[in-house]
Amino acid sequence: MSAAGLWRLSAAQLAERVRSGEATAAAASESGWEEAARVWERDVHAVVHEGREARATAAAAAPRSGPMAGVPVLVKDNLCTLDYPTTCGSRILAHYRPPYDATVIARLRAAGGVVAGKGNMDEFAMGSSTEYSAYGPTRNPFDLERVPGGSSGGPAAAVAYGLCPLALGSDTGGSVRQPAAFCGVYGLKPTYGRLSRYGLVAFGSSLDQVGLFARHAGDLAMLYAVLAGHDPWDATTRPGPPPDVSSWDAGVEGLRFGWPANLWREGVEPEIVEALEGAAEDLERAGARRVAFDFLPGEYAVATYYLVATAEASSNLARFDGVRYGYRDPAAADVRSLYVRTRSAGFGPEVQRRILLGTYALSAGFYDAYYLTAQRARTRIRHEYAQAFGKCDFLLMPATPTLPFKLGEKTSDPLAMYLSDVFTIGANLAGIPGLSVPRPLSRAGLPRAAQLLGPEDSEGVLLRAGRALEVRGDRSRMSRAHHQEFAWPTRR
Amino acid sequence: MSISREDLERIAELARLEIPAERAESLGRELSAVLTFAEALRRLDLAGLEPSVFAPAGAPMREDEPDGRQLDPARATAAAPESEDGYFIVPPIVDVLEP
Repeated sequence: MSAAGLWRLSAAQLAERVRSGEATAAAASESGWEEAARVWERDVHAVVHEGREARATAAAAAPRSGPMAGVPVLVKDNLCTLDYPTTCGSRILAHYRPPYDATVIARLRAAGGVVAGKGNMDEFAMGSSTEYSAYGPTRNPFDLERVPGGSSGGPAAAVAYGLCPLALGSDTGGSVRQPAAFCGVYGLKPTYGRLSRYGLVAFGSSLDQVGLFARHAGDLAMLYAVLAGHDPWDATTRPGPPPDVSSWDAGVEGLRFGWPANLWREGVEPEIVEALEGAAEDLERAGARRVAFDFLPGEYAVATYYLVATAEASSNLARFDGVRYGYRDPAAADVRSLYVRTRSAGFGPEVQRRILLGTYALSAGFYDAYYLTAQRARTRIRHEYAQAFGKCDFLLMPATPTLPFKLGEKTSDPLAMYLSDVFTIGANLAGIPGLSVPRPLSRAGLPRAAQLLGPEDSEGVLLRAGRALEVRGDRSRMSRAHHQEFAWPTRR
Repeated sequence: MSISREDLERIAELARLEIPAERAESLGRELSAVLTFAEALRRLDLAGLEPSVFAPAGAPMREDEPDGRQLDPARATAAAPESEDGYFIVPPIVDVLEP
């Protein structure tokens, strides 16, 4: 097979072609750039750093026998890579080149994968629309007037339009699952501690997880198996073998899914509820059983999150001071003004807002009322999930309360932006895995999704259910991601 | 909960950020809105609950042993805005150095 059309293949198919010698790793890793990106990238702007030469060098070094042989993977710009800058969508890290690869990048390369470039993101992963990037926004390939979600909007949009079959992001409060939902692709946030964060620029350390994007459940399982597992260089990874996801195609016969319908009785768009009901029926037809119960409303999780995450961020981002890396304000005359001027000019508005909020929550006199209360609420939220998983194997719920919103719609109201994460944040607070699964498009042709949440280490179950929904959906109305031979039929 | 101008200046000082005068009012309003929203947590029954410092018990203790990795000074300082001979250059920290 010639290089043409390789970009349409799944990651598993692509790697098989490379292993068998039908395609070279160079052709495999370049195919998305030559075909899909040429048509889409200028409008969508999913990528912030890339280079044909860097890809060729990486492809030449990639072991051809690996499970990911020649597969191009777009990487969110907050994961350290030796061959591209790592700037977190921020001015303060402009041109920064880390002296090492993140562990997940090293594992990807060892398995034959090729880093295709760096994906756009909200600055320091703070945002839900990829509008807060120093490089300008990414747009949703299904409708260029709309956001791709965030903060990992670049990687999600790139997988959706066909640049590459897989991408890496990070998920602190939904930053993989929400953009996956908005772009019609799969998005997995693994169990806390299952993927190494060595080389992931820290935002909220008790919440951050590296997350994965794919167009197919099977590809997601393949990538997870390559990346997951204990890392001696990240003390927060768990020892012992990670969950086995090899039975991702085993079906859902006999599984019970929780149906907390009180969560979407109000405040959720009807077309999202309709997609969710479709998912429940598909799961039932595939042999799973629905268990209905009420669950703690998501607003509590949002309130908890925006105290815990900002507190941790205010501490983590203290390291950006203009001394060791990145931007330095040239006019600084002493160390104090070096810090203040560098940080004030280097951080964008949303990052400054969150640093201030977190500083407030941690400051003397307010610590007990805000931070400590939030940490106790977090315990309550963890208990709520534990109770729910006593009644079911996984929860079925929306990934987002709305369809993809328009650019500019929420940037003037931070709280409205924060509430777009109302269904995703709980998983980060509880440390549990979550999977965003594409569902049939809305009547206006926009992606819709369902979200599956399971107890710790239930990645295998979530992928089985995600796969069951991939097979059972009405293909004619599913997102483009569901066609085996993936393609955009027409350009909008 | 609304953040006063003094509170805002105090936390900006702690965070080493400078808030432009024309941003102070809107920023105070935005932060106050989030804090007011966060007060929802007071309606949650938290009796007897310990704070969660970390999500799951996923961080076992280990010996603090060097693992052989090294980052030489030249590479460590390569991304610095200003460096010399493997040192980071910063503006003067003290005014007078006694001999």
